[in-house]
Amino acid sequence: MTARDVTARDLILATIRRSLGVAGTEAPRRLEVTTRLSAHPSGVVPARGQLPPAARLDLFVRMVEGAAGTVERAAQAADIPAAVAAFLRGHNLPLAIRHGDDPLLAEVPWGRAGTLEIRRGASDGTDLAAVSHAFGAVAETGTLILTSGADNPTTLNFLPDVHIVVVNARDVASDFEAVMARLRERFGVGLMPRAVNMITGPSRSADIEQTLILGAHGPRKLHVIMVGDPSRPSGG
Amino acid sequence: MTQAGGHAATSPRFKDNAKAALADADLQNALKFVEVNFIARRREVADKLPEFEALRDSARDIKEHTLAHLDLYLEAYERRVVEQGGHVHYAVTGEDAQRIILDICRKFGARTVTKGKSMVAEEIGLNDFLEQNGVIPIETDLGEYIIQLRHEIPSHIIAPAVHLTKAQIEDDFRRVHTHLPRDRNLSEPTSLLAEARGVLREKFLAADVGITGANFLVAETGTSVIVTNEGNGDLTQTLPKAHIVLASIEKLVPTLEDLAQLLRVLARSATGQEMSVYTTLSTGPRRAGDPDGPGEYHVVLLDNGRSSMLAGEFRDMLRCIRCGACMNHCPVYHAVGGHAYGWVYPGPMGAVLTPSLIGIDKAGHLPNASTFCGRCEEVCPVRIPLPRMMRSWREREFERHLSPATVRSGIAFWGFFARRPRLYGFVTAIAARLLAFAGRARGRFSSLPLASGWTRYRDFPAPQGATFQAQWSAERGRTARPSSSGRDARAPGPP
Repeated sequence: MTARDVTARDLILATIRRSLGVAGTEAPRRLEVTTRLSAHPSGVVPARGQLPPAARLDLFVRMVEGAAGTVERAAQAADIPAAVAAFLRGHNLPLAIRHGDDPLLAEVPWGRAGTLEIRRGASDGTDLAAVSHAFGAVAETGTLILTSGADNPTTLNFLPDVHIVVVNARDVASDFEAVMARLRERFGVGLMPRAVNMITGPSRSADIEQTLILGAHGPRKLHVIMVGDPSRPSGG
Repeated sequence: MTQAGGHAATSPRFKDNAKAALADADLQNALKFVEVNFIARRREVADKLPEFEALRDSARDIKEHTLAHLDLYLEAYERRVVEQGGHVHYAVTGEDAQRIILDICRKFGARTVTKGKSMVAEEIGLNDFLEQNGVIPIETDLGEYIIQLRHEIPSHIIAPAVHLTKAQIEDDFRRVHTHLPRDRNLSEPTSLLAEARGVLREKFLAADVGITGANFLVAETGTSVIVTNEGNGDLTQTLPKAHIVLASIEKLVPTLEDLAQLLRVLARSATGQEMSVYTTLSTGPRRAGDPDGPGEYHVVLLDNGRSSMLAGEFRDMLRCIRCGACMNHCPVYHAVGGHAYGWVYPGPMGAVLTPSLIGIDKAGHLPNASTFCGRCEEVCPVRIPLPRMMRSWREREFERHLSPATVRSGIAFWGFFARRPRLYGFVTAIAARLLAFAGRARGRFSSLPLASGWTRYRDFPAPQGATFQAQWSAERGRTARPSSSGRDARAPGPP
C-alpha cells in the first residue's frame, strides 16, 4: 500500500464518519457490527424449497429445466460414464471430456463408456465438453454451486461449449442459506475458496433487441447428472 | 448521440436530447421492447414468490444498516481481502481510480485488458483514459461491446445497447470485423451473437489484465460478487494474470446471508429471472495448487462523493443495487430512452444520482423529467423514495434560482392561491365556469391563452361541471359524517 492510498483511505473513512456523525470508536456500534458478522442472521427464506427430500429434488429438476438446463438422474456414481457418453452422442459431439482432480470423478470407471477420451486439468479453450462435480446445489432456483481449485478448475465452467455437472442428490439444499452454512463448514469461518460459482442454466444474452439467445460467452448447454437415490437422500 | 469522450455530460441539453430521441425512428422501434418485456417478466417472477415484498423490506434494511456502519464494514472487508492475499486501493475521485488501475496494468505490461460490465467504470470514463495511455480496453458484455464499437455510453444500466436495432448492430460488425468474409449472413441476432462470441474469445485468451465491477462486496469474507448472464465477467477475471475489481464503497453488505437476500431481489427486479445465470463470488488471487485463476487480485474502492451523500437527504440513493427496474417502469424513459439523460445513469435513479455526482447546475433537467407517477418507487427492490428525492432536487434548483423565470413566476402565482384555500376555491370555481361556458359548443379547446404548450399537441378538454374540490366536498357531505365537510380540507394539490 502506498502513502497515497493511506491518505485516500483515511480521508474516505473520515468523511464517512463525519457524514454519519460518529467517531468510529463507539463500542455499541462496533459490537453491533462484530455481532452481525459472527452471527450472520438469516433474513427471509422462501418457503418454496422447504420440502421433504424427494419433492425438493423434483423442485430442483423443474427449476434447472426452467432455466434451460437439462437434468438426468443416475442411481450411482458408476453410471456417470454411460450418462456422459450418451449425452455427447445425443448431441453429435466427439466422445471427449476434460475434468479436474475431483476424487469422485477420478474414481469413476470411465473405461465403461467405451472410447471416451479423458483429459485432466484446467481448460485452455480447446475442449468441447467438460465434467465438474458440484459442491452443492439449491432447489429454490435450480442453481449449482461450484468451488474453484485443482479438483474442479474454474475454466471448465466457462470455456467449453458443453458443461456437464455431477451433483450428489444429498448435496441439493433447500435454499442458499444452507449452502452458505456448508461453505463455512468446509472452508472455515470468514474464509472462502478463490471462486464460488453459482450457475443457473447455460450462458445467454438478450442484448440484441431483447431476443434471448443461449450460448453467449459461456457454455451453450448445461447438463446436470444427479447421483443418488432420489427417494432416499442421506441429508443436506 | 453522446460520445464517450471523457463522458462530458449532455444533461444540460436534456430538452433537445429528448426532442431528438422522440424523432429517432430506430430508437423508438428499439424502445418498444423495453416497456413490454421488462415489466411483464418482473411481474411474473415476483408473483411466483410469495415472500417477494418481505424480501424487498429485508433488502432495504440490510443496505440501510450497512450504510449506517459503512466505516466499520469497510475496515472489516479490507482485513479479509488482505488476509486472503488480495490488495485494496482507495480512490477519492474518479481520477484517482483511473491512475491506480493504470499503474496495475503497467506493472503487468498490459497491452490489452478485457472488461466486464461496470457502471462505475463508465462513471469515471475508464476506457478513454486507458486508451489515451496505451492500454486497449475491450468490453466483453455483448451490449457493452456493441456500444464501445459505436463510441457511445450505455443507454440502460443493465441493457446498454437496448436503444439499437439488429440492423444497426449488423452495420457496426461489418464496419469493424473486416477480417471476416463479406458475404456472411448477419441478419439474425443469433448470427450476430455467434460472431461476437468468436471475436471476443480470442480477446479473452490474449488479455493481460481483466477488470470487472462488483454488484456486491461481502465484509464477512472479503468477497466481491458479480452477476451476469453471458459468462463474460468470469472469463474476464479468470484467464488474465491479474483481476482488478472496481467498485464504489456503497456496494458492501455484511454477510453471505445478507448477500442471499439481495440476490433474491436483484435478478427478479432486473431481468425477471429467478436467478441470473452466473453469480460469482471471488475472494483473493489464485491459491497454492490452483490450476487457474488470476495471480493477483486488486480491489479499487471508489468514493467519488458518496461518503458525503451519506450525510444528506440523498443518502437513500446509496441503497441502489443498479437493477434498472425504475427505468424499465418509467414513462419518460420509455419515451426518450437513456441517452437523452445525457450521462451514464439514466431513468429515475439517474435523475436522482446524476445531480449528486455532476451537480444540479448541469443536471437540473433530469429531476424535472418525471410525471411523478410513482411507479419507480413501487418497483424499487430496496424501496428508494425516488419521487421524493426528485422533488428535493427541484426544491434545491428553485432555491438556487436555477429554474427558468417562467417556471418560477408560474409557481409563485399558483403558490399565492395555494396558500389561500378559500380564494383558491373561489377563483377555480369561476375559472371552471368560464371555461365551461366558452367551450360549451365543442367541449374542447384547440387553442387557449397561456396554454399553447399543451394545445400545440392536443386539445384541452372543457370543464364538465364543478371543480374537483367542490365535487369532493359535496360527495363527502353526502356519504361521510356530516361535520367533516370542508372544515378539514387540506391545501389543494398542484393543478
